[in-house]
Amino acid sequence: IGTGYDLSATTYSPIGRVFQIEYAQKAVENSGTAIALRCSDGVVFAVEKIIQSKMLEPDSNRRIQTLDKHIGMVAAGLVPDARQIANRARREASSYKDFYDDSIPIRILNERVSAFIQMYTLYSHIRPFGCTTIIGGVDRKGPQLYMIEPSGISWGYFGCAAGKAAQAAKTEIEKLDLKKLTCRDAVIEAAKIIYGVHDDLKDRLFDLELSWVCPHSNNEHQLVPKDLFDRAEAAAKEAQKEDSSEGSEGEDAQT
Amino acid sequence: CIPNNYNNITISAPSDPTKRTLDPYVTGTSVVAIRYKDGIIVAADTLGSYGSLARYREVPRLSALGDVLIGGSGDISDFQYIIRDLEALRTQEYCHGDGVYLGAREIWSFLGRRMYQRRNSFDPLWNQLVVAGFRNNQPFLGLVDLHGTQYEDVTIATGYGGHLARPLLRNAIDKYGPNMTRDQALEVVETSMKVLFYRDCRTVNRIQFADVTAAGVKISEPRELETYWEFQQFIRGDRKIPQ
Repeated sequence: IGTGYDLSATTYSPIGRVFQIEYAQKAVENSGTAIALRCSDGVVFAVEKIIQSKMLEPDSNRRIQTLDKHIGMVAAGLVPDARQIANRARREASSYKDFYDDSIPIRILNERVSAFIQMYTLYSHIRPFGCTTIIGGVDRKGPQLYMIEPSGISWGYFGCAAGKAAQAAKTEIEKLDLKKLTCRDAVIEAAKIIYGVHDDLKDRLFDLELSWVCPHSNNEHQLVPKDLFDRAEAAAKEAQKEDSSEGSEGEDAQT
Repeated sequence: CIPNNYNNITISAPSDPTKRTLDPYVTGTSVVAIRYKDGIIVAADTLGSYGSLARYREVPRLSALGDVLIGGSGDISDFQYIIRDLEALRTQEYCHGDGVYLGAREIWSFLGRRMYQRRNSFDPLWNQLVVAGFRNNQPFLGLVDLHGTQYEDVTIATGYGGHLARPLLRNAIDKYGPNMTRDQALEVVETSMKVLFYRDCRTVNRIQFADVTAAGVKISEPRELETYWEFQQFIRGDRKIPQ
């Protein structure tokens, strides 16, 4: 695609593209879908955790990370890269607390993590991160959500998605009225979306991970409690059954 | 501010900037603790002394970290640094997401190692720390000091409390044994704090009591102890005992 101009992140193509960064995006597109919703009272994360074997313990290899008491993160792309980003973000949050005696505001953490990720696009001896990182939580200004691409560009969102079925997930998210939705309801919707965009033919086995930061969790980042999780999963499976009995509308292939 | 003879001239040349602290500045006095049947009671006043000046009268010297209580005597800034550090550690544990946190014994050991390491670098954290916790129906009460000394006991008293309160606490242990009730424990701790307020010049009558039980750690609001000052010798001001 970028013959000759794609060997290093320090090379521009004649029309001003940096191909290494675009290739990093490809790593993201091959991973299980991750979505996050900013609701009226908090933030909800959901991820389609594609697993290789039924022998794996369900709770291991968590894809949703906690960055600080009030902030969670999920990433689509290379999982080890996501762990590095999470560790850096945790250190940033910890040093902010040490310096300012206050929990880090989410927009500031977003700035720091974006700058960190962008730095890896400047050199030929280190590759860009192969992850799109979604950071969200609740601070003094209320719930906030940011998504950072491998280039280091980030935006604030009401709802965002990354990974294989990002396009299909975005379509579903746009149907929700996020300004009015509460976290309790959003958890159900998020589960439905993940189950809805999951491609059974390509990846049979997957686990759903759901977490939130909302008044029910004391505005702390936690996995969604078991009873609500079970309800959400059951509702998602129900919705799948209804869709497949109507036709193959529920399993829209992504373009 | 307080002159001493410990300035270690062999560590740095006269031209080097001072790199190590060997003097406490704002200090806290005794912390007193006793173990009873269902838990531990810990008490400390809320004074930060600047030498003989009772400078900061509302300084909390008891700190809860989950189900562990830490009380600090000695340099207040070092105590505050230790608590900040332990809180950051707890946030890290929270980020692991598995609900596992260091318990009292582990924190006691961790602090002991750190204090010893600092002592060996001639840069001590100038504190005596009381660590108390209750986990899996097991109470823990121990002390760590600026030298890195660690010990566990059923009664702990730092500073002047070691001289004035320890005998009272030990008598209570002898009298009531392992089945001491909370009321009995609170009574002896209150008496100890009262004696300390009467006799220790670096105290203030504003005491916090902490309850460490299976239900967790609960630090009370500061309160005053009832004291008696109507002794004839105080009022009359001379040394003759009246008939």
